[in-house]
Amino acid sequence: MRVLMFGWEFPPHITGGLGTACYGIVKALAKQRVNVIFVVPRLFGGEDHKSAYLVNASDVEINERNFNYEEYWNYIKYYEIGSSLIPYVGPEDFLRLIGSQTTVNTFFDEKVFRAKYQFSGKYGESLYAEVSRYALIASALAKDYPHDVIHAHDWLTYPAGMTAKKTSGKPLVVHVHATEFDRSGENINQYVYDIERKGMEAADKVITVSHLTRKYVIERYGISPDKVVTVHNAVEPVDIEKIYQNKGFPEKLVTFLGRITFQKGPDYFVEAAYKVYQKDPNIRFVMAGSGDMLPRMIRRVAHYRMGHKFQFAGFLKGEEVYRLFSISDVYVMPSVSEPFGISPLEAMRSNVPVIISKQSGVSEILTYAIKVDFWDIDALADAIYALTHYDGISRMFKRHGREEVDNLKWDNSAKKLIEIYQSLIHT
Amino acid sequence: MRAICFYFQVHQPFRLRRYRFFDIGNNHYYFDDLANQSIMRKVAEKCYLPTNRLMYELIQEYGTRFKIAYSISGTALDQFELYAPDVLESFQKLVQTGCVEILGETYSHSLSALKEKEEFFHQVRLHSEKIERLFGVKPTTFRNTELIYSDHIGQMVYELGFKGMLTEGAKHILGWKSPNYLYCSAIEPRLKLLLKNFRLSDDIAFRFSNRGWSEWPLTTEKYVSWLNAIDHRQEIVNLFMDYETFGEHQWADTGIFEFMRYLPKAVFAHSNYEFVTPSEAIEKLDPVAPIHVPYPISWADEERDLTAWLGNDLQDDAFNHLYQLYPKVKHCNDMQIQKDWLYLQTSDHFYYMCTKWFSDGDVHKYFNHYDTPYEAYINYMNVLSDFELRLNEAVGSDTITVKAKEKPVTRFKPSTIVQPGTELIYPENFEQEQSQKKTKAKTKKSTPTKTKSSSKSTKKSKETNKKSKSKKE
Repeated sequence: MRVLMFGWEFPPHITGGLGTACYGIVKALAKQRVNVIFVVPRLFGGEDHKSAYLVNASDVEINERNFNYEEYWNYIKYYEIGSSLIPYVGPEDFLRLIGSQTTVNTFFDEKVFRAKYQFSGKYGESLYAEVSRYALIASALAKDYPHDVIHAHDWLTYPAGMTAKKTSGKPLVVHVHATEFDRSGENINQYVYDIERKGMEAADKVITVSHLTRKYVIERYGISPDKVVTVHNAVEPVDIEKIYQNKGFPEKLVTFLGRITFQKGPDYFVEAAYKVYQKDPNIRFVMAGSGDMLPRMIRRVAHYRMGHKFQFAGFLKGEEVYRLFSISDVYVMPSVSEPFGISPLEAMRSNVPVIISKQSGVSEILTYAIKVDFWDIDALADAIYALTHYDGISRMFKRHGREEVDNLKWDNSAKKLIEIYQSLIHT
Repeated sequence: MRAICFYFQVHQPFRLRRYRFFDIGNNHYYFDDLANQSIMRKVAEKCYLPTNRLMYELIQEYGTRFKIAYSISGTALDQFELYAPDVLESFQKLVQTGCVEILGETYSHSLSALKEKEEFFHQVRLHSEKIERLFGVKPTTFRNTELIYSDHIGQMVYELGFKGMLTEGAKHILGWKSPNYLYCSAIEPRLKLLLKNFRLSDDIAFRFSNRGWSEWPLTTEKYVSWLNAIDHRQEIVNLFMDYETFGEHQWADTGIFEFMRYLPKAVFAHSNYEFVTPSEAIEKLDPVAPIHVPYPISWADEERDLTAWLGNDLQDDAFNHLYQLYPKVKHCNDMQIQKDWLYLQTSDHFYYMCTKWFSDGDVHKYFNHYDTPYEAYINYMNVLSDFELRLNEAVGSDTITVKAKEKPVTRFKPSTIVQPGTELIYPENFEQEQSQKKTKAKTKKSTPTKTKSSSKSTKKSKETNKKSKSKKE
């Protein structure tokens, strides 16, 4: 079975949860002997944008933590296309993401992009052009490389998936990791919404990462329920014994990690932290990540006069994330809207008890986690206090949480995907 | 004979390195040695060494007729000892001529006068000791950080044994009065005040190289003609500025060195001015009037207030938390902690957190190595968190359980601008009003200590009311 897959990022060039998810999916599929041709747009400065080019799979550098899947790489073809698609495109994020990528991607000229995209509104016009151009290249690829099924991840790649389908006539699967409603609240971008809907309508199957997202897809995009299937995400096993970080302070540490944007609910974390701080000032909080709401969060913390117990760690990448988890006592994800949310699973894998919002997809599959409404800062403060003070519950969460997460394997998700592919190919 | 009084500020902070969250509790070194050393060397080559040479030559040329004063912060002295012993030597040479006065200030160029009397005293004494050790003279005139002054600070400075103090000739304090006289503190009349003539000082310090300025280029003849234009009954022109004006803020190619070289000559030839040091001025002149400064003033920005260092949430959180640690630091004998404690108080750290970029933003940006005030705040708080951990370890977090209450620093409020001739608003009255409001709200919770302090303040305010009444009569 050969799958032509359109993504937008792939390790080591990760900017968010989606790259991690694609990586997990592709690897698990390869393990099940499924051939994957993975296509990603890639950020280049002075590159010739018209040419798609091929990267030999063995040349792809993978510096993921414990990678020992080399043998499966024979099943994966990996393409990079000169393009500037970026997953979480808010205007501020765009520049930051580009900035953070320069550290891993050395042959990328930042200035060219800064000059090229003066993002003033929500999505720049040139981004739409990139999406269309990606779609054009996709059709060329679909002609050249034989495949049985097409798989597209999130809206930026839907046009690519649709043109590929038009060219080869093979069935199309679109994978919804997030909807426009998750990214922008109720003030959606109509252009993006339209692309999403067209993509879902054109698809033979729509895969959602949670039941919550499935509900959105059915209710807000008017997609027929029998076409929409939920396949939950999973998490990579990691060797946490190798990660070492000395905890330099005696206080319990409560961690927030994620983009500091409306969607992630950082403000609820700060408010709850202040409630806990008033009760017990001997707890330390850390907010890691960056985003358009960061300055406001800093001002808020300073306003509450708790800057000495509430630190900002900036944008963490790779191993730093696990170093932070290894000294954390509670992980909080108060997302306002989270289609899935892989990071709590990563925290649990590092033996950190988690508090997640009920408005997250991951809450559907976790039992050993405290679930609160994102807006309920009293409940959130209560949960933080309990997990930092009552050993019984935190010990239980640590023990069983690890078990629970270890049972969430990408292999299971991949099996479901293969079933879906097969049903499409054989009909 | 009228007098010109030159005073130059010499200060360098110990800048913090990028101190990450992961460093807290693991790495106790806070300072960016490379930046501190390279900046010190750069400023030494561009400003300190050539300007000191120039001043020395002028003193050689005019003998005791040319006099100047310096205030050198303890952190700058520490950095001279570390990175630029040649600069220190040249200052020592200058002081030996007898034409140079060294002023007293806080050791770490801190804002402690606004918060902790005890710490303020400690730092001033530390600084005096250091000056005595290095230069063999004891400061008798005082200059507070950034010329920050209020009635309360004046009182403390007098208590420390200083006869006079330098501050800003802020418009909103002086009103119609001229800064070109000797004044005294209203609360402690034995403390004399020298006020900066900010127009003539800033002509040199800020506008000298500005080609958009209608008076550019500034020549010594022109400058002396301005000095002569001052009403002849006015007694003293106080020219206070950063020493880095020479060669660093105003680069050598602007002609600033030539200007300074020929200024004394032009003054002696075309005017009846002489040069005096601050202590001589205080000795010679009689104060013409008391000055009331209920809210602290400084020499910074258009507002001449504290808002460059304190006022936004970032600054207030950092500043208040720093001084909440004081009761513990007091009981700590660890030398390294004491040293870090001093360096962390330097006012520059709070200056970096300033968010008013619009009016005086250029000046702020020039001195700032952080991209945003947020970065400055995050970095400082990370360092402070580590410092607190070390402190708790050294002193024991339980031995002294002080939950210091955040005491707001009284600040000048634009709505209470004191117009000349109108009734003065005393901070005591203001505080009393506030505390009355509070006690009304929490009548049950009021503690005996509170009532004591409030009764004190009422006494004071009664006295002051009496004073003002008697004045009226």
